[in-house]
Amino acid sequence: MTNEAAPPGANRPVLELHVPEPRFRPGDPVDFAHLAIPLAGAQMRPDEACEPAITYPLCTDLIRVLGDDDQAHGPWNPRLPAEQLRLILRQMALLRTFDARMYRLQRQGKTSFYLKSTGEEATSVAATHALDAADMIFPSYRQQGCLIARGYPMVEMVNQIFSNRADKLKGRQLPILYSAREANFFTISGNLATQLPQATGFAMASAIKGDSRLAAAWVGEGSTAEGDFHSALTFAAVYNAPVVFAVVNNQWAISSFAGFAGAERATFAARAIGYGIAGLRVDGNDALAVFAAQRWAADRARMNRGPTLIEYFTYRAEGHSTSDDPGVYRAADEGAGWPLGDPLARLQAHLAAIGEWSAQAHGAMLEEVDAEVRAAIRAAEANGILGHGLHQPDTTLFEDVYEHMPWHLQEQMAQALHERAVKYPDGGAAGVLGA
Amino acid sequence: MSRSMTMIEAINDALDTMLARDPDVVVLGEDIGYFGGVFRATAGLQAKHGRTRVFDTPISEGGIIGVAVGMCAYGLRPVPEIQFADYIYPGLDQLVSEAARLRYRSAGEFIAPMTVRSPFGGGIFGGQTHSQSPEAMFTHVAGLKTVVPSTPYDAKGLLIAAIEDNDPVLFFEPKRLYNGPFDGYYDRPARTWKGHRDAEVPDGHYTVPLGTARMVREGEALTILAYGTMVHVAAGVVGQKGVDAEIIDLRTLVPLDIKAVEKSVEKTGRCLIVHEATRTSGFGAELAALVTERCFYHLEAPVERVTGFDTPYPHSLEWAYFPGPVRVGEAIDRLLAAD
Repeated sequence: MTNEAAPPGANRPVLELHVPEPRFRPGDPVDFAHLAIPLAGAQMRPDEACEPAITYPLCTDLIRVLGDDDQAHGPWNPRLPAEQLRLILRQMALLRTFDARMYRLQRQGKTSFYLKSTGEEATSVAATHALDAADMIFPSYRQQGCLIARGYPMVEMVNQIFSNRADKLKGRQLPILYSAREANFFTISGNLATQLPQATGFAMASAIKGDSRLAAAWVGEGSTAEGDFHSALTFAAVYNAPVVFAVVNNQWAISSFAGFAGAERATFAARAIGYGIAGLRVDGNDALAVFAAQRWAADRARMNRGPTLIEYFTYRAEGHSTSDDPGVYRAADEGAGWPLGDPLARLQAHLAAIGEWSAQAHGAMLEEVDAEVRAAIRAAEANGILGHGLHQPDTTLFEDVYEHMPWHLQEQMAQALHERAVKYPDGGAAGVLGA
Repeated sequence: MSRSMTMIEAINDALDTMLARDPDVVVLGEDIGYFGGVFRATAGLQAKHGRTRVFDTPISEGGIIGVAVGMCAYGLRPVPEIQFADYIYPGLDQLVSEAARLRYRSAGEFIAPMTVRSPFGGGIFGGQTHSQSPEAMFTHVAGLKTVVPSTPYDAKGLLIAAIEDNDPVLFFEPKRLYNGPFDGYYDRPARTWKGHRDAEVPDGHYTVPLGTARMVREGEALTILAYGTMVHVAAGVVGQKGVDAEIIDLRTLVPLDIKAVEKSVEKTGRCLIVHEATRTSGFGAELAALVTERCFYHLEAPVERVTGFDTPYPHSLEWAYFPGPVRVGEAIDRLLAAD
């Protein structure tokens, strides 16, 4: 007999909690050799009407069109006319310039917040080109490229960012949380992934009505962890809803790498397999591949073959937002070392390689888009910038809570107007009350 | 023409009326299609209006409310059912952060004219997950309206008004009242709606406007503010005690019929608030504050609240929890004794 009996289970292995950790942290050398990057053009392209399972090999592959030789390869080559390629290039350049200028304006104190989409431009611009203008976009917060691709007036975007007196959202929303019904662009929440079941619901409604409009939703890889992602895909699968889900996997959710959304175990496209819907994993920095995949999914939905989950594999080249400094959590060289390159540079090189573009034309185009952005900012600044003057009448604080203002809000509005009179006995800033 | 209906039949009739009248109305929820709902509120509607107008959903309250918001974005007028109000919490984000604020955040570009129906309240031995009254969670949210009927007539008229309303409405149906009025005497034989004055329900379309209270009984001695099941419990106690109470059925909590409340309390000078939900931060707290703020100099006694206790809803001790005739009656006695 031993003195102490071993407690029950003492011979079992000690349980260990796995807390994911990214490969590289600040100061680490960066090497993406572990990423399998297949050859452009090597991926099969099934018929849009195929059984979902036919797509499942593509959920762990990577659909690519633009090769290292800057030529378009394989069955996913959308064979777009050079004119449209130039338009996509121009809009991506416009978006990048817009992002850069708005970021600087935030730093200059002209607004409270901004958020760039640098490096991810193809996932919004090229994808929107693959949709019909009547299809409803359910964006997350980094899809300003969808608005640009739909030709939405840039000055309206800047008005919103400045929360100025021309802001159609009456200064109510954080900068970049646009709403643009005329562009079929749904109001951006700011709460994450809520737009996904809403997109499914819109698609269900369109099908209930026998319409031909689709819903197309975007979400970051990080917020696929939300329950709304699961309910959206469940409902979409159950009702075979005409909706396209795009997961923009830019590797980082603020400081949390994709491993915290499950990327160590499976690709995001592979989530489609469990729901029994079509899934595609796509080189998100390849504008041609993005267009082709989004169009494949849209065509499929439009012929009543149901939803598709697309993962756009890309890289967030900059910080999450103006409130973020990625230098404190990720290796500085990650962006430069990203093996899928830059979407703008790749499309530019392709157009040059097929003899449809030149360095001179590119330079001229960059000057044009810069002038366009500056003009939009100038026009918006004429309507005011955040914090300079009071741009919305106080009454707008209480409007649109309900269709008709109930008594308790009328009383509270009277209080707000009274406070204004106390604070500004001389009437305050010109054009405030009832402006 | 009218006929006597239970509250369930009146709700079914309201849905039937609106499905026939407005092609944008769709009804969705767990078990509500072919089967007709666990309380039969949607019985026969799928057979009559088709599977794309009335259909079952996955067991996902967040998904149900979320897709309803998207349907609103398309232009539909969805009427989702949450099988029990106790199950509504997974849908809370879509209600509170999305449906409630869609109009505001988009400055009217997108609205959420949905009506979320949900059976609520106890008295059926439902235990803690089939008995709750979570109305105060929704009255606290800017942009939502909250409605509670207490009779078949009101249930139909209020539900039609809610469906036609262009804001999101929480429509809480007191399940203890589905098949008959209930005065709180759980140990007596259950009554049915048959022959009840307020169970005469007109055919076709009519509305009871949101934001209007109903005078259940006029009186001079004190004001009782109640809604749902507690309207009947209060009326029972008042009748039994022979007290000259004025009973107001609020019917809509937001927007509240404040004028009806003020007028009555200014007349009687005494106010009792009765609800089945838990006490702390319940809607009764809001009512008590409003009455105190607006009618203080007319009050002759402190405002009283009779509520459920601040515990989860129990199973075997359901009637110990329930704010029944003893709790209501003693509060009336205290109010009348105060001077």
